[in-house]
Amino acid sequence: MISESVVDLSRFQFAMTAMYHFLFVPLTLGLAFILAIMETTYVISGKEIYKDMTKFWGKLFGINFALGVTTGLTMEFQFGTNWAYYSHYVGDIFGAPLAIEGLMAFFLESTFIGLFFFGWDRLTKVQHLGVTWLVALGSNMSALWILVANGWMQNPVGAAFNFETMRMELVDFGALIFNPVAQVKFVHTVSAGYVTGAIFVLAISSYYLLKKRDLPFARRSFAIAAIFGLASTLSVILLGDESGYELGDVQKTKLAAIEAEWDTHPAPAPFTLFGVPNHEEMRTDYAVKIPYALGLIATRSTTKEVTGLKDLMQQHEVRIRNGMLAYAELEKLRAGDRSPELLASFEKNQKDLGYGLLLKKYAPNVVDASEQNIKAAVKDTVPNVTALFFSFRAMVASGFLMLLLFILATWAVAKRNAENKPWLLKYALLALPLPWIAAQTGWYVAEGGRQPWSIGEILPTHLSTSSLSTGDVWGSILALAAFYTALLIIEMYLMIKFARLGPSSLHTGKYHFEKQEPKTAVNGEALS
Amino acid sequence: MIEYELLKIIWWVLVGVLLIGFALTDGFDMGSMALMPFVGKTDSERRAAINTIAPHWDGNQVWFITAGGALFAAWPMVYSVAFSGMYWALLLVLFALFLRPVGFDYRSKLDNTKWRNSWDWGLCIGGAVPALVFGVAFGNLFLGLPFGLDDTLRSEYTGSFFALLNPFAVVCGVVSLSMLCAHGGAWLMLRTDEALKQRSAKATQIMAIIFLICFLVIGAWLYFGQVPGYSYAVAIDPNAALNPLAKEVVTNSNPGWMNNYSTYPVTKVAPVLAILGAIIAIFASSKAKAGLSFTGTSLMIVGAILTAGFALFPFLLPSSINPNSSLTMWDAVSSHLTLGVMTVAACIFVPLILIYTSWSYYKMWGVITNKHIESNSHSLY
Repeated sequence: MISESVVDLSRFQFAMTAMYHFLFVPLTLGLAFILAIMETTYVISGKEIYKDMTKFWGKLFGINFALGVTTGLTMEFQFGTNWAYYSHYVGDIFGAPLAIEGLMAFFLESTFIGLFFFGWDRLTKVQHLGVTWLVALGSNMSALWILVANGWMQNPVGAAFNFETMRMELVDFGALIFNPVAQVKFVHTVSAGYVTGAIFVLAISSYYLLKKRDLPFARRSFAIAAIFGLASTLSVILLGDESGYELGDVQKTKLAAIEAEWDTHPAPAPFTLFGVPNHEEMRTDYAVKIPYALGLIATRSTTKEVTGLKDLMQQHEVRIRNGMLAYAELEKLRAGDRSPELLASFEKNQKDLGYGLLLKKYAPNVVDASEQNIKAAVKDTVPNVTALFFSFRAMVASGFLMLLLFILATWAVAKRNAENKPWLLKYALLALPLPWIAAQTGWYVAEGGRQPWSIGEILPTHLSTSSLSTGDVWGSILALAAFYTALLIIEMYLMIKFARLGPSSLHTGKYHFEKQEPKTAVNGEALS
Repeated sequence: MIEYELLKIIWWVLVGVLLIGFALTDGFDMGSMALMPFVGKTDSERRAAINTIAPHWDGNQVWFITAGGALFAAWPMVYSVAFSGMYWALLLVLFALFLRPVGFDYRSKLDNTKWRNSWDWGLCIGGAVPALVFGVAFGNLFLGLPFGLDDTLRSEYTGSFFALLNPFAVVCGVVSLSMLCAHGGAWLMLRTDEALKQRSAKATQIMAIIFLICFLVIGAWLYFGQVPGYSYAVAIDPNAALNPLAKEVVTNSNPGWMNNYSTYPVTKVAPVLAILGAIIAIFASSKAKAGLSFTGTSLMIVGAILTAGFALFPFLLPSSINPNSSLTMWDAVSSHLTLGVMTVAACIFVPLILIYTSWSYYKMWGVITNKHIESNSHSLY
């Protein structure tokens, strides 16, 4: 058996590297589109300033993109290095979207990004514009495929267990792609990326406006970011609501945990705006509730119930007991028994096999689990309610703060008076961390809320790891943390340096620092 | 749909194609960066070397990423056993690869000698270490990896990182490193001029000689050196249920891994190609003929990878402690449907990729001179 500590450490390592990777991904997704919009404006209007904007924001895009690529490599290695049993058990389904992501999206994005940076003099205007759009398209398609893979972890459709090969196998590729969870998550996630790009450009442009520097450049960047950001934020929120609806259908436990919905309330259930969940005693203290809201959001009806955690746990107990039967039958099948009755019975029970596997943590043979073991496994089926409850609210609050900012910014763009509103510019600057807070807490909700499963109701997380020693995983965590910290410091240093420098870093001779004292820059260091 | 048996063969070929695609393209990125601090004496020369691959390295790296993805999708068991078993070797490759994207983009963003030198060595490590480790890993396949599968098909690996560094595998590592360095040197001959080009030619020649010697040593070692080969005890049924534990594998004595070459003599073309390529590269680089040197190193790569693949076929991961647990391209593969879907995707996208990749090389082609670097110092890497 794999020790608990290897499971915990592997989870920690995966969470650390995935969250770190997702510091860079959303900015890539969003900036790619903003660059494409800026360059389109350049090609249509012929104004050089839009070309400078594309090049300058492209420089910052490049600094961010490099770390996105670097940290993405870890993700591809990690399923094999640290989640070997997972890779064996579901690779037949999970591997396919990853391979297709490479063929369809990564090649496109990565080939054309080289031409984006180095092809300015080699390509015609229209060719270069095409290249920029293909980079944006490639990065978005890679998001599609990775979310098809991730959506399947949440809602494993189109696959069946094969006892001969001891793994899940693909039975319906269409179901895998058109998994409603994957589709909704895709639009929600890429829109969140667009918001990130928009806030990034808006905040840095606001900084130039506050400093009264490179005004025409900053004004135009601000305007594009504000309008693009407003549209994207609305899309994130609407699709987030759509996610809530999909959750209600397929991931009842996650929904109930996010809402700290201990008991099933008469429909339509109230929404707990705020409170302090108490997991041990299964109640929420100091709750502030909005009547009917949860029922309306989650079920879009006034009559359907949102099942509470206590009732869900009772259902889970039934499935765990049934899963024990499935496991016993699987053992007979693996031993070579192929009697039709056994096959028929396993066919019926195998949907609960995953629940049976939950017991492996307490009773390695599953079939001899005690009542106490079953009780413990039932308790495990509920993820960390307190953490989910607060993360979800942090995400939503960040989202609405950004929505308000984009409304005000777009209004100022329409009135052409953003630079006369220092409070708005400061708001934009302070809002810079918000999209990252929303994205990180959002992913915690999605993946933490999936626990105790790595593949929803099919494969428990604690069975998914590689057979490694604690020392191995500790070693890799420390090495990765050291590497990532150093890289982050370097990245932030360059990002801040070039953001402060602004379009002067292009050396066109037209911008702020070049006019004042040529050849010197921020910090008095020579520029490159 | 295409027959399952045939699909299994198609995917053995396709993974080979991806590996060869990776070695031919990212191979010269890795090789040229491994050589860069040695053949580039001035900052301009080093920048010239870096900028020959600047627009392409990221696209080239996707051959590697896609090969990894294809391994996951087509041979999930191989992906999981190899990556978790050779844990520290894979992490070493990963950490070395970390240095490339940031190295390329960040190196020339500051005008500071210490900063730039550090990144130059980072890029050198990022090229040399993966090239070496891939060879070491391949070498260990011939010796078998110490893993077994329990009855739930969970793999247990009993080896250590240092056990991978046995003499045979280290020589295989040198084969792979010198092969990619020669290829990178030939690439620099094609795309640079003057002193840098001359030094690259010299490096190509030395590396191709090292490759030729080590390649022959490995061949002799496998032929005379008592390295046991693996084969099926009874002819396999390619359409039996996929269970890596259901077969019986025997190890055969000298020359263990040469069976396929005597059974299918046409496969002997592969080692001949590798040797011929090396000879071409050695002579062409001494005459400073860039195009011919690059052709030579390309043949070397194709020949060497095929040589290893043909020798091991149908084995992918032989197990040294429990030969019956060995993974083969018949029994460690994905389901019929997954292979079918992936084949369709590959048929659509691989030709498209080849078309737009060629277009990007066509558009960016040309010799990168020191003058070009100096007059574009703010827009180039």
